[in-house]
Amino acid sequence: MSGITRDQVAHLAHLARIELTEDELDRFAGQLDAVVDAVAAVAEVAADDVPATSHPVPLTNVTRPDVVVPPLGAQAVLAGAPAAEEQRFRVPRILGEEA
Amino acid sequence: MSGAAVSAPVASAVRPPAREGDGELLRSDATGLAARLAAGEVSAVEVTRAHLDRIEAVDGDVAAFLHVAADQALAAAADIDARRAAGEDVGRLAGVPVAVKDVLTTIGMPTTCGSRILDGWVPPYDATVVTRLRDAGAVLLGKTNMDEFAMGSSTEHSAYGPTRNPWATDRVPGGSGGGSAAALAAFEAPLGVGTDTGGSIRQPAAVTGTVGVKPTYGGVSRYGLVALASSLDQAGPVTRTVADAALLHEVVGGHDPRDSTSLTDPVGELVGAARRGAAGEGLAGMRVGVVRQLDGEGYAPGVRARFAEAVELLAAQGAEVVDVSCPHFASALAAYYLILPSEASSNLARFDAMRYGLRVGDDDPLATAEQVMTATREAGFGDEVKRRIILGTYALSAGYYDAYYGSAQKVRTLVQRDFAAAFTRADVLLSPTAPTVAFRIGEKLDDPLAMYAGDVATIPANLAGVPGMSLPSGLAEDDLPAGVQLLAPAREDARLYHVGAALEALLLARWGAPLLDRCGQEDSA
Amino acid sequence: MTTTTTGTEERPDRVAQGRLVDYDDAVARYEPVMGLEVHVELSTATKMFCGCPTRFGAEPNSQVCPVCLGLPGSLPVLNAVALESAVRIGLALHCDIAPWCRFARKNYFYPDMPKNFQTSQYDEPIAVDGYLDVEVPAPEGSGDAPTTVRLEIERAHMEEDTGKSLHVGGSTGRIHGAEHSLVDYNRAGIPLIEIVTRPVTGTGARAPEVARAYVGALREVLRGLGVSDVRMEQGSLRCDANLSLRERVPGDDPAAQDAVPLGTRSETKNVNSLRSVERAVRHEVRRQAAVLDAGGRVVQETRHWHEDTGETTPGRSKETAEDYRYFPEPDLLPIAPDPQWVETLRAALPEPPAVRRRRLQQDWALTDLEMRDLVNAGATDLVEATVAAGASPAAARKWWTGDLARRANASGSELADLPVTPAQVAALAALVDAGRLNDTLARQTLDGVLAGEGHPEQVAAARGLEVVSDDGALGAAVDRAIAANPDVADKIRAGKVAAAGALIGAVMKEMRGQADAGRVRELVLERLGEG
Repeated sequence: MSGITRDQVAHLAHLARIELTEDELDRFAGQLDAVVDAVAAVAEVAADDVPATSHPVPLTNVTRPDVVVPPLGAQAVLAGAPAAEEQRFRVPRILGEEA
Repeated sequence: MSGAAVSAPVASAVRPPAREGDGELLRSDATGLAARLAAGEVSAVEVTRAHLDRIEAVDGDVAAFLHVAADQALAAAADIDARRAAGEDVGRLAGVPVAVKDVLTTIGMPTTCGSRILDGWVPPYDATVVTRLRDAGAVLLGKTNMDEFAMGSSTEHSAYGPTRNPWATDRVPGGSGGGSAAALAAFEAPLGVGTDTGGSIRQPAAVTGTVGVKPTYGGVSRYGLVALASSLDQAGPVTRTVADAALLHEVVGGHDPRDSTSLTDPVGELVGAARRGAAGEGLAGMRVGVVRQLDGEGYAPGVRARFAEAVELLAAQGAEVVDVSCPHFASALAAYYLILPSEASSNLARFDAMRYGLRVGDDDPLATAEQVMTATREAGFGDEVKRRIILGTYALSAGYYDAYYGSAQKVRTLVQRDFAAAFTRADVLLSPTAPTVAFRIGEKLDDPLAMYAGDVATIPANLAGVPGMSLPSGLAEDDLPAGVQLLAPAREDARLYHVGAALEALLLARWGAPLLDRCGQEDSA
Repeated sequence: MTTTTTGTEERPDRVAQGRLVDYDDAVARYEPVMGLEVHVELSTATKMFCGCPTRFGAEPNSQVCPVCLGLPGSLPVLNAVALESAVRIGLALHCDIAPWCRFARKNYFYPDMPKNFQTSQYDEPIAVDGYLDVEVPAPEGSGDAPTTVRLEIERAHMEEDTGKSLHVGGSTGRIHGAEHSLVDYNRAGIPLIEIVTRPVTGTGARAPEVARAYVGALREVLRGLGVSDVRMEQGSLRCDANLSLRERVPGDDPAAQDAVPLGTRSETKNVNSLRSVERAVRHEVRRQAAVLDAGGRVVQETRHWHEDTGETTPGRSKETAEDYRYFPEPDLLPIAPDPQWVETLRAALPEPPAVRRRRLQQDWALTDLEMRDLVNAGATDLVEATVAAGASPAAARKWWTGDLARRANASGSELADLPVTPAQVAALAALVDAGRLNDTLARQTLDGVLAGEGHPEQVAAARGLEVVSDDGALGAAVDRAIAANPDVADKIRAGKVAAAGALIGAVMKEMRGQADAGRVRELVLERLGEG
């Protein structure tokens, strides 16, 4: 399994919405390459017939009744907002897609 | 952490308080404090004030707390005293102070997770663990320091600066929950709550000479625990004695309908199990498994020696020591460092400057939401968090998922099978908690892999969801504490308290005084 | 040297920008292939993963809690009724119910999505491999019977809705040029079921009508199940229409046609009425045909439907595949529906709408056309309830598709929302049957009922609308009419019975309509020796 390149780090940072600096790209590429090298071996450990475990405790069908619980209320919801207007969260303009 | 290197202070220790006056209150365990409060020998306000004074006196050196809620704590204590005087049932922990890791949400107190991105955020709701603490009458002293979003094993990755180990303030207190462990070791609080994703309760306990328990996954509600890795995270007790851990576990544990992964089993008789263990009951014939893969290479000689003594002590009481092999533990670390970053990359996506927390870069009216998100996440997250988010984004990417995340989940199955096989031969498993004593602040900052390797013994329990406990095994290298780890099958947390309390009693008898008494003593050896 | 930089990158579909091919011409040379994705908001009391209420039109951010706001530390718990609704929808669409399935996280950043991942069933949907038989009406005026087309359902899965953004500061109200956006998270976390068809081929020129009929039929199924309000105008049922074109093979060989590879598809969003579904598909056929005719290439992208202009405009390009980094949602446990429970739900499913329609048509002795009008008016349930309350099918149908449909139309509301109940309509019909009201009086009575004046009996009494059946009073009025119109009376006596109309009219006028015209006629003829 090959490691991780600087370009890949830049692409991943974009996917993760982190604006890494040039310096960080250089540093992280090296560090992550070493980490990926160290962890890549997992691919060889498990045979194909081993099932994956997504949940450590084997429970199923956990639901709740469809009963209303009082919501927080707009005031509490917006109290922590960086910006609010007209009882809504004010966010910078959204590009790329119309609502 | 980039930029300024953390300057190592001159080594010194934060000594336990004197045995007289307030010191005597501070040295009391929580079980004893609760009894004395209930008997009216001391008031909740007195106990709370004593701890606030202690924090005032020593936390400048320790930096265990990110936020001290002095006024709220005193008000809560006064309320407990008043209600007790009125004859109300005030709860099992009424008037007992508690320090809460800053990863659990608290109404009226900031919750930062050690991150800039949540600087100043005050949640509008309490974590279930916090609700249960308040309902039991516990007095919340404040919020304790941690590696940012619980990513780290040293508490150096807190955006608000490192916490120092009370045994030697140039050393780390472990992590990610170094704040709670250090607060207990420095007698700033008699009880603490931590969270453990790969050892964040147990490893700090080991390197600070305290007790820490990671319950069975699902045993304690995760509602209000700011998620690092959802399938690994578990909240649990941070204490100075096994009996206190049992008491706290009983208070915060049990089913919560707001957490889908919460077990429906009753929490169990943990305090009773600890009492039986401390009395030496049931040790004869107990099968204690020593995991071959969690000893030997990479473990410091002093740590190994203390571990071997602990095993001998149990054997001397009639426990049957068996050698067990868990071959897939060798791959656990690699699997963990794929599963954790993967889940974390998704869990931490919500910190985007839109609804709460930090917002950077919107002074430009033409800035787009995406630009503000990326600028905020760049400014708000520290290096270790960014590294892991990128690693997790990578592991989940199309084309890599099967090789990385998919394979890691399979290793998880194999680790569970190893445990299942081991528990057919042993009732509990034993290992050193961490391979070494506390390392020096700054020592491993630029070598993430070396840091990760310290979690090798604690990670398997998180992958499999089984419970684990760390308790002090004695002093090892540099006269610093080491820990011994107990592991039990899922939902058998009571066994940890049984065997843990037994071992604790045997060690105490050997030492003649609690290990923490030797913190800062010249003659400790 | 002149250099122009436009800033817009060259698009392979620009060759035919704005141009459309005549529809008949387009489908003569290309075969449309459709995929229809319908999102249904369930009408549960609470959201998918938290106890917040789901009331439409509430104050912004008033139906929000830590869970649906994605606050740090919050955790989802699945709504039991949403799960049950998902299974019932799957069963009604003849799907297999998965014995075991999970939720996954679909990771992408968008400000109206509080966690920056959507909790959705990615590769493990609750229901798979079903179908829906759809009656497509024959072309207008052809007089042919409707044809039935089977659309295969690939999957129906559970997911959560997003918040809603309001864009402020731009001249158009759309995003471009907006200075900022305002987000309301009331809708975030509302339970959605996404129902996805397999590619629909072989419908040829009728693709737009098939699409419309499918969404209409699906809406009927969902309404019958009672799982959703299915109000397209409120967004509780939303359709995305995916469309591609491929070369049409001459002749009528389906196998040869199926061998032609599928073209690149566009995904048209925002299609929020049945009529728009049809129009949007038709528009995309014409647009894509123009692109292909001009030697261009259809771009894989989402497109937005504009009801006002009847056009689609480009949205997000999907040329570079999004990397959603799906993985199983660790905060929700797998779902393994108990097979017995599933069978209980299956046994309790309502009669499928098409079967029910056929049954009712037979019971009520309606022609195909009458039945279709009834269905189109959305009156089936109301007529059935009115018949159940004692009215004759003919009377019930007459009221609901006649007078009441006109009134609903005039006020722009749904038939079912009119302030009159099937029981009241049945009572009205009973008064007519008993001869106590004639048509005119019945209509006036209905006015009173709709105005909230009470039950038809009360309204008729309060407004004094009862037919006068007292022969004494009627006889006197007839006598006065005969006296006032001696010429007419003579004609009748002479055998010209048709002239009676003038006398009857005079009597009805005097009685202000409150007489049974038939009885008046009898009395006139009796008195003039013709009875």
